[in-house]
Amino acid sequence: MKTVQFDALIIGAGGAGMNAALQLADAQLQVAVVSKVFPTRSHTVAAQGGVNAALGNVMADKWHWHMFDTVKGSDYLGDQDAIEHMCREAIPTVYELEHNGVPFSRLDNGKIYQRPFGGQSQEFGGKQAARTCAAADRTGHAILHSLYQQNIRAKTHFFDEYFAVDLIRDEEGFILGVLALEIATGEPILIESKATLIATGGGGQVYRTTSNAHINTGDGMAMALRAGIPLQDMEFFQFHPTGIAGKGMLITEGVRGEGGYLINSEGERFMERYASMAKDLASRDVVSRAIVTEINEGRGCGPNKDHVLLKVDHLGEEVVAKRLPSIRESSRIFAGIDPVEEPIPVFPTAHYMMGGIPTDRFARVVMPLGEEQDEQNAVIPGLYAAGECACASVHGANRLGGNSLLDILVFGRLAGKDIIDYVKNNPEHRPLNQASVDRALYRLNRWELPPEGEALSVNELRCELQKLMEDHAGVFRSEEVMQKGVLKLQALRKKLAQVRLQHRGKVFNTARIEALELENLFDIGMAIAVAAANRKESRGAHARPDYPKRDDQNWMKHSLYFQQGDRLSYKAVRSTPLSVESFPPKERIY
Amino acid sequence: MLFRIYRFDPETEQASSMQEFELPMQRGMMLRDALLLIQEQDESLAFRHSCGEGVCGSDGVNVNGSNTLACITRVADLKEPIEVRPLPGRPVIRDLVVDMSQFYRQYERVDPWLKPSEPLPEKEILQSPAENEKLEGLYECIMCGCCSTACPSFWWNPDKFLGPQALLTACRFLADSRDGDKQARLEYLDDAYKLFRCHTIMSCVEACPKNLNPTKAIGQIKSLMLKDQS
Repeated sequence: MKTVQFDALIIGAGGAGMNAALQLADAQLQVAVVSKVFPTRSHTVAAQGGVNAALGNVMADKWHWHMFDTVKGSDYLGDQDAIEHMCREAIPTVYELEHNGVPFSRLDNGKIYQRPFGGQSQEFGGKQAARTCAAADRTGHAILHSLYQQNIRAKTHFFDEYFAVDLIRDEEGFILGVLALEIATGEPILIESKATLIATGGGGQVYRTTSNAHINTGDGMAMALRAGIPLQDMEFFQFHPTGIAGKGMLITEGVRGEGGYLINSEGERFMERYASMAKDLASRDVVSRAIVTEINEGRGCGPNKDHVLLKVDHLGEEVVAKRLPSIRESSRIFAGIDPVEEPIPVFPTAHYMMGGIPTDRFARVVMPLGEEQDEQNAVIPGLYAAGECACASVHGANRLGGNSLLDILVFGRLAGKDIIDYVKNNPEHRPLNQASVDRALYRLNRWELPPEGEALSVNELRCELQKLMEDHAGVFRSEEVMQKGVLKLQALRKKLAQVRLQHRGKVFNTARIEALELENLFDIGMAIAVAAANRKESRGAHARPDYPKRDDQNWMKHSLYFQQGDRLSYKAVRSTPLSVESFPPKERIY
Repeated sequence: MLFRIYRFDPETEQASSMQEFELPMQRGMMLRDALLLIQEQDESLAFRHSCGEGVCGSDGVNVNGSNTLACITRVADLKEPIEVRPLPGRPVIRDLVVDMSQFYRQYERVDPWLKPSEPLPEKEILQSPAENEKLEGLYECIMCGCCSTACPSFWWNPDKFLGPQALLTACRFLADSRDGDKQARLEYLDDAYKLFRCHTIMSCVEACPKNLNPTKAIGQIKSLMLKDQS
């Protein structure tokens, strides 16, 4: 088998992976980026609204206010050291991006344009802030392309269209690299590295209706699980309030930031009843639940009363054309309406995983090796995770809009910087572990073994999984529904062993990739279902009619799901920030 | 609805062929949805796709003779039989998947990154809204390749002529008030092949699924060159 060696390996070429790669390549390290798609196809490209940083370009702002909003938005499940770190680092990170060429929209004084987004405030819960730096409504595209461009300059080595199959790990738990599949030829390749960053994004494809791309299948999270690493806080899955009804494509929160609002079948601006202050710019979990409640109570719009409307026409054509051009295009193509004339039919869509691979505030992967506070966060040497696949935890139980691009950029950058030091102190490759390589090769090839019983297709199992997750781990979750979900999912997972490829060619066999992705979806789906069924409270995105209140006494703690035996354990929230006072839990009102 | 899909598998050593598929019409069906339904019937059909909303640029294909993105092309707007082929002029890897490496190499040749003048300010480099507006129509490119693979000049000289996509990108940096390397960029482009193989046939403009205008960008580069020489 072809084998190559690099100082650093990055799996995933979205914002996190490429911002890390840039730091490393500029420091003259040999860095490999493995991506199953050409880098600019990564899902960062679809981020619309923008990236939060307390630049204070439009009105007064401070990183400390940003920190408060993020802690509150997290429903007090976020780690306050990591949140402080992120909100402070936001400012130099955005300036660095600008210097790297991102075409941010501008204010009259030439500074970066910033728009209001949900959950943002001045003075710790006071008036609405404007903190989201935007390039029209294509901010992710602008950022991803600029980062790719800078990586071309820096001569980063890209393995484009290589699918990472599994991490290679030795008996002591060190990660030695990855087994990958070159999609165009079907040949495996072993990439050895001194340090590895998992930056593979989210897994929204586990749900039927999602804003996520086809490629968002939780590959890195599943790889971590199979390497014995737990996933943290997987029960917290964000449903974005405004997906195009029946389709799931995203309509950015920026639409409401620019003055758009939601109405029900009676034409009522119903968010006034749910969040008297912030109204339509309340936190995403709050708005999504409000929409579902309106529909459940019979005030949905359309012939089936199954969605609500997002009103934009009052903003006028000029604002829409200037600030929301892509939204207008998407509405025309997928909803068949022009938002300048008609409201957009919307319904919550599976959008973002707050949980993921547990890391510290330097993006180093941590896992518990004992019961004490420090032992709960023991660092796995040389392994890093950043972006949606990671859980630092800066989003806790609910992520604020504009904090996702921020998360990937800040922690990608920090991971890059930390890896530089790690490689300096650990200059040698560790010896390869053949048993681990063999396990990965088996996983790659097992789809062609003679079937035991009836051979099942990838597609039919994926559809079943997505429907199951929608029905049993959606916006509202009760005990019975979730417990049933876990049992059904365990039964369905057994069928995975029967899945076989019908097409067994080597050259660009997308069916083979989808089979590997399906296994990843099952792995993370299980993590979501098990963690959700066990959390007996309502917090952030995890909403239970049978336990409607947050329970800080018993549940202000992170969950950790281990694949072996579908086991859960818990660890404390880190409530002590780095330099400021802790924000104690309060009732969350918008 | 009748579809005719280009099939080619290098492992079977058979020549390429067109395979027919029949699908029931569904309201609001996009071409990508149709290809996914065909894939359910025959998992060996290979094509690239991802975001499903026209931003990732993965699913450029040739439909009834025109290049477009499958995910934002309504099936109802297409004439039957709907013929789907790979983007023209590029080597086919399998079915609708082509080798785009030449296209990416040409992009890399224009130094597609901002080279701001030193020293950098501590905060953002200031740029007026008017200066920022000059980037509109240039920075939104998603690198799907629909334009360059629709361009006859690119078909003939894909190694020498940079092609509409790379030239649009070159123009994006020439138009950026923050870039400090305009002179060198223009000198590099001033070449009988790199830039001047464009014969303003405007196939690129017709093909661009994001409604960008590479021909106009190429014109802009030419006029900057003239200004530079006078």
